[in-house]
Amino acid sequence: MKIDDVPQDNSPGYASEKRAVYARDAGGGYVLAASTGWTVEEAANCLAVEAFDDQARAARQRLAKGQGSVLEVLMYERRMDLPTLAQATGLWQWRVKRHLSPAGFAGLGTALKARYAEALGCSLTDLADSCAAQPGES
Amino acid sequence: MNPAPIQHRHAGHCETGVSSILLQAAGLALSEAMVLGLSGGLTFAHLPFVRINELPLTSYRMPPGRIYRGLARRIGVRWEQQRFRSPQVGMAALDAQLEQGRAVGLQASVYWLPYFPEAMRFHFNAHNLIVYGRDGDDYLVSDPVFEQPQRCPAEALQRARFVRGALAPKGLMYWPTAVPAVVDLHQVFRPAVRKTANMMLRAPIPFIGVKGIRLLASRMQRVATRQDDRYLRLYLGQIVRMQEEIGTGGGGFRFMYAAFLQECAKDMERSDIAEVAEQMTAAGDAWRRFAVACARQIRSRQPVDLRDPVTALDAVAALERQTFQGLLAVTRPAARRQALPIESQKTV
Repeated sequence: MKIDDVPQDNSPGYASEKRAVYARDAGGGYVLAASTGWTVEEAANCLAVEAFDDQARAARQRLAKGQGSVLEVLMYERRMDLPTLAQATGLWQWRVKRHLSPAGFAGLGTALKARYAEALGCSLTDLADSCAAQPGES
Repeated sequence: MNPAPIQHRHAGHCETGVSSILLQAAGLALSEAMVLGLSGGLTFAHLPFVRINELPLTSYRMPPGRIYRGLARRIGVRWEQQRFRSPQVGMAALDAQLEQGRAVGLQASVYWLPYFPEAMRFHFNAHNLIVYGRDGDDYLVSDPVFEQPQRCPAEALQRARFVRGALAPKGLMYWPTAVPAVVDLHQVFRPAVRKTANMMLRAPIPFIGVKGIRLLASRMQRVATRQDDRYLRLYLGQIVRMQEEIGTGGGGFRFMYAAFLQECAKDMERSDIAEVAEQMTAAGDAWRRFAVACARQIRSRQPVDLRDPVTALDAVAALERQTFQGLLAVTRPAARRQALPIESQKTV
């Protein structure tokens, strides 16, 4: 990659930060150049972010219909999936899966809720089973 | 060894950058590219049975931790490494080191570091950064993938260091305790690059090296017939993200490795190594063309067609094979190098 080819596409995802990439200067020697983003990378990254946003939206809809749980919404809002949340809490996946359902969530004790709150970085009140659909973070 | 203050530098990748900065503070000037090359940190691996968000794992580098630990074996740097069961003990140990004026490398989760841009925050637990001081409740962070030093509140840093899950950091904290006075490239260059080249060309399993690239190409063709477009886009996106995102140096580390080869060629006055550096650059460019082909499919409104990305990937595989064979050729002992002209080796 030549230094003139270093992408400067001002990716919004970079939040005006810059990334260092290796590129060749006029003499062919490698130097570090700052890049403001690349549309190719941005496309791949946006897709991953959108996938989580979509899942969070779907979970919120299920919650509103009484088919989901606050836990499921928070899980996707924190960009986690079932295996990630299970690992972060140290619980079996089948248990977490059950807790994502309205019935399973309703049966959660304070100790388990505290464990989820810790893994999700939220307070116990966020996990209160008021089941009111909360607006998303983003 | 007396702790010395660190100098923050912008780098292409977290672990190589952190190692380079810490070593410089300890008295060994080694560029980021040299850290990557000498530690043998470059590779390719496609592990379809390891899933991240239900997508197979593709990696362009050795597993986290192998870069700074690889330096220990190759050039004789000694590292002190500590992991902690208790977050409180781990944070107290960090404070104790900072009080002595020592900057330390830490492993942490990207997601819980608040100074990362929102769009970059994923649950990747093996990010590396340096903490060099404390100001009240904030830790002073030198994170080489950022241009400027950052600050991180204590609570967030503790969470990031002690997150559970895949590649859990367990509060890993490390710093060099002994560094060699000089690095003799004439001794260490050969084993370092041959290790990487052998892995890329001669790994006995199909998931690693050039075989791994070919495996990825064939898996892509297979997955195209079995999955819907939404999945295919995510699948391509995952490959590109591993190749291009913050912490890869771009071009899946190939440009950084080319910079390493160039530096060595200059240092040892070897034009043949410089030629391999050119080839490595070409391989990096081929990786970027592959990323462009993938991105086109991600963004297109037409049904996903994997033929272009697969063709681009085949070109990458051919170039990588040639490049690493060239690397083996230039590191053969001088007598054998004369006996076997490089042209004849390309057909091996």
